[in-house]
Amino acid sequence: MPPPGKRRMPKFVELWVYLSATPLFGLTATLVVYVLAQAVYARLGQAPWANPVLWTVVCLAGALLATGVPYPTYFAGAQFIHFLLGPAVVALAWPLWLRREELRRRWGRLLLAALAGGIAAGGSALLMGWALGLPSEVTLSLVPKSVTAPVAMGIAEKIGGIPALAAVFAVITGLVGALSGKYLFDALRIPRDGSGWAARGFALGTVSHGLGAARALQVNADAGAYAGLALGLQVVLASALIPLAFRWL
Amino acid sequence: MTALRGLAWLLVFQSMGELLSRGFSLPFPGPVIGMVLLLMGLHSELVRGPVSVCADFLLSHLSLLFVPVGVGVMTHLSLVSQYGARILLAVVVSTLAGLFVTVLTLHLLRDRGDAAPGETPDA
Repeated sequence: MPPPGKRRMPKFVELWVYLSATPLFGLTATLVVYVLAQAVYARLGQAPWANPVLWTVVCLAGALLATGVPYPTYFAGAQFIHFLLGPAVVALAWPLWLRREELRRRWGRLLLAALAGGIAAGGSALLMGWALGLPSEVTLSLVPKSVTAPVAMGIAEKIGGIPALAAVFAVITGLVGALSGKYLFDALRIPRDGSGWAARGFALGTVSHGLGAARALQVNADAGAYAGLALGLQVVLASALIPLAFRWL
Repeated sequence: MTALRGLAWLLVFQSMGELLSRGFSLPFPGPVIGMVLLLMGLHSELVRGPVSVCADFLLSHLSLLFVPVGVGVMTHLSLVSQYGARILLAVVVSTLAGLFVTVLTLHLLRDRGDAAPGETPDA
């Protein structure tokens, strides 16, 4: 008869193999790690470097690589969360609706800022990718990175990039903006008043889409609303103009 | 129930967007067209109430929705190890450039009357 310790081990391994192969695993792991990361983020006074998405992604990817669970197995569960990105993009009409009066009054300026910011972000990514000698499909996946991930994937596909890569770049861009925005805006002496918050939020939404908007929303309600507006505008502008620009080039 | 009705509306508008996008091979993704349609639909109280509840919930947890895609970075480890530093440099520089241009454009074009009284421009 084998000692009890030896019998328990394979049983645990079997259970792990079973659990890690069900969709329940990916969904549970994503939610639990995110909720924990969110709690840590709140405890640390919402410091930009403690960004819950960053740490959730790092922990989950690290754990999957360490345990040898393949990404498609994880995604079988996580897709239920991923699916909500579609309705969430539709839901962006709500913050736009709430600000429709301001939008009507300032649409010229906002449109100009959205265009200038989008072109600066996408254009400089294209130039940097080219100057640094990145493969062209990587560079093309960088161009739509300021647009929210599901839309960036579609744009990348249209212009010859890799959709999965574009989504990852969009998430990294979102994090970089959410992490660095505050310091850049403070260095530029953008005030913390009505129009200052609007400008800060709008810039975060334009360049860092949903992740920038999430950050802006936590800092100031006005900034959050303008970020939502900017992200919606960027989605419309980029999905119309980027494929068009590449058809001409 | 209200939130559920809101989700139903969001999915209906997304589906209409997908149908229009595919049917007419438009350059916009389905959810984007859905968003524009919803913007018109919000004129109706029938849509507005439920959608506001559901949209507030979805959008307040927006960053969670990016996690599954973000974890996908693990499938591109070879690309990351080969070009990671250069990609990160390109992302950081272009992100800062975009933030810089956007925030300055709006800041320079702001209404002078927008600032709270007593606030100096460089405060």
